[in-house]
Amino acid sequence: MSEPMVRAEAVCKSFGHVPVLKGIDLEVRPGEVMCVVGPSGSGKSTFLRCVNHLEKIDAGRLWVDGQLIGYRQRGDRLHELRDREVAAQRRDIGMVFQRFHLFPHMTALENVMEAPLRVRGDSRAAATEQARALLDRVGLADRTGNYPAQLSGGQQQRVAIARALAMHPKLMLFDEPTSALDPELVGEVLDVMRDLAGDGMTMIVVTHEMGFAREVGDSLVFMDDGLVVERGAPKEVLTNPRHERTQAFLSKVL
Amino acid sequence: MAERPDHREQRHPIKAVPVRHPGRWVAGVAVAVLAAMLVNSLLTNPAFNWPEQAKYLFSPPVLDGVRNTIWLTVAAMAGGVGFGIVLALMRLSANPLLRGASWLYVWFFRGTPLFTQLLIWGNIGALFPTLGLGIPFGPQFVQGQTNALYSAAAAAALGLIFNEAAYMAEIVRGGIQSVDHGQQEAAAALGMSRAQTLRRIVLPQAMRVIVPPTGNEAISMLKNTSLVAAVPYLELTFTAQTIYATTYQIIPMLVMVCLWYLFLSSLMMVGQFYLERHYAKGHRR
Ligand SMILES: Nc1ncnc2c1ncn2[C@@H]1O[C@H](COP(=O)(O)OP(=O)(O)OP(=O)(O)O)[C@@H](O)[C@H]1O
Ligand SMILES: [Mg+2]
Repeated sequence: MSEPMVRAEAVCKSFGHVPVLKGIDLEVRPGEVMCVVGPSGSGKSTFLRCVNHLEKIDAGRLWVDGQLIGYRQRGDRLHELRDREVAAQRRDIGMVFQRFHLFPHMTALENVMEAPLRVRGDSRAAATEQARALLDRVGLADRTGNYPAQLSGGQQQRVAIARALAMHPKLMLFDEPTSALDPELVGEVLDVMRDLAGDGMTMIVVTHEMGFAREVGDSLVFMDDGLVVERGAPKEVLTNPRHERTQAFLSKVL
Repeated sequence: MAERPDHREQRHPIKAVPVRHPGRWVAGVAVAVLAAMLVNSLLTNPAFNWPEQAKYLFSPPVLDGVRNTIWLTVAAMAGGVGFGIVLALMRLSANPLLRGASWLYVWFFRGTPLFTQLLIWGNIGALFPTLGLGIPFGPQFVQGQTNALYSAAAAAALGLIFNEAAYMAEIVRGGIQSVDHGQQEAAAALGMSRAQTLRRIVLPQAMRVIVPPTGNEAISMLKNTSLVAAVPYLELTFTAQTIYATTYQIIPMLVMVCLWYLFLSSLMMVGQFYLERHYAKGHRR
C-alpha cells in the first residue's frame, strides 16, 4: 500500500494549561477526502492548523507525504526547523479559511498570483496566465480585476481556493469553508470542492455540511474533546454511529 | 362601506413650509462682522507694512531659510519613518530585550520636550568630546573631535529625526496591529516568509492606518523645524529673527514667515490627499 499523505500519531496540543488535542491518530491516503465533524471547541481547527504548522504540536508526530512537519529527526532528538524550512513545507499544503482571508489590497488576480510570484519565483507572465486559468476553473473568469470587497462571500471563497491551488499543493485543508456564507452561496463553493475531489486532490475538510460529507467524503471523522471518537465511511457513521457521543452530536445537527 | 380617502393628491411633490433657523442668521452675521474687521485691519493697519514684506519675501536669505526648512522637514520625516518602522518592529518582536529597548527609547523621546532635546544635540560636543569607530570598550580605529565632525545642520536633522522616530514608532505599531491576524496566517499558509509577509501583505494594509497621522506629523514637522533655532541652525523663522534684529520690522517679518509656512503646508495637504487615496485601494467599492 502507498505511503499515507497525512499521518498523525498521538498528536497533542495545549494552549497554556488547557489541553485541546489529547492524542490524535489519523491517516489520510493520497486522493482521499476526509471530512471532520464535531462540536464547537472539540479541536478541529487546531488539528488542521497543526498539519501545516501554524500551531506547534506539544507531543506526538505529524507527517505529510512522508516528511515530518516542523521538525527534523537526528538520532533520537528532534530539531526545530528554521522558518525558511517550515515555509517550504507549507508551500505544498493549501489552506482555505472560514473567513477567506483574501488580501484586501489586491485584486482577485493579484491574490492568486502573489505566492507563485514571490514564493516560487514564477515570471509575471506565467503567474498571470496560471491565475487566469485558476480563476476560470472556479468560475470567476470575469472577476479577475475585482477587489475582495467587491465580491460576494461565495466568490471570495472561490478566489481563496484558487489562491491555494496556485502553489500546486499535494494536500488541501479546508476549515469550515462555507460556515461564513449565506445559505444560497454555499452551493457554489461546495461545487468547486467537489470538482477538486473529482480531480483526485487529497483533502481534509472540517465542515458542518453533512450532505457534502456523505456525497463527496471518502471517510468521516468525528472529533470530541480533543480526541477522534469515531472514524469510518461517511454513510456508515452518519446512519449507524457506533459511539454514544457521535449519536448525541448527530441527533442535534441532522 | 366607509368612503376611502383619495390618495392621489399625496403623489404630488411635497411643498411644505421650511423650519426657520434664526440662530444661524445671528451667528452668520457675527462671523461676517469679525471677518470685515480683520480684512479692514489687514488693509489699513500700517504695522503690517506689506511693502517691507514684499521686499524680503523672495530675498536670498529668506529663500535660504525656506530651503533649509524644506530639507529639514524631508530629512526628519524620511529618517523618522525609517527609524520608526525599526522601533515598531522591535516593539512587536519576540525578543524581550528588543521590546524593552524600544519601549525605553519611546519613553525618553516622547517624555522630554523637543526644544530641550535640540539644545542637547547642539551641545553634544560637551557630552561626547570625541567620536570614533572601534570596538566597544576596546581600541578605536579612527577618532576625531566631535565639533569638527559634526555641523549645526547635522545636529538639527538628528535632533528632529530621533524625536520623530519615537512618534512614528507608535503610529507604525498601531498600523501593524490594526491588520487582521488572519492575513499573516494566510500568507504563512502560502509559504511566504516573515519578511515577505511584512512587506507585501501587512505593511501595505497598515499604510491605510499609518498614512493619515503621518501626514499630520509631516505638517507638524514643517512647523517644528522652527525649534532648531535652539541648536542653533538657520531655518525660516530664525532667518526672519536675524533680519528683524537689524530692521526692527518684527511683525512684517513674522507675518511673511507665516505666509511661507501656509504655502508649504497647503502643498503638503494636497500631497496627503493623494497619498491617502492611493492607500485606500481595495476599501472603496
Ligand atoms: N490561540 C489559542 N489560544 C488559546 N486557546 C485556543 C486558541 N485556539 C483555540 N483555542 C481553544 O482550543 C479549543 C479548541 O478550539 P478549536 O478552534 O480547535 O475548536 P473547533 O473544533 O475548531 O471549534 P469550532 O467548531 O467552534 O470552530 C477551544 O476551547 C478554543 O477556545
Ligand atoms: Mg474551528
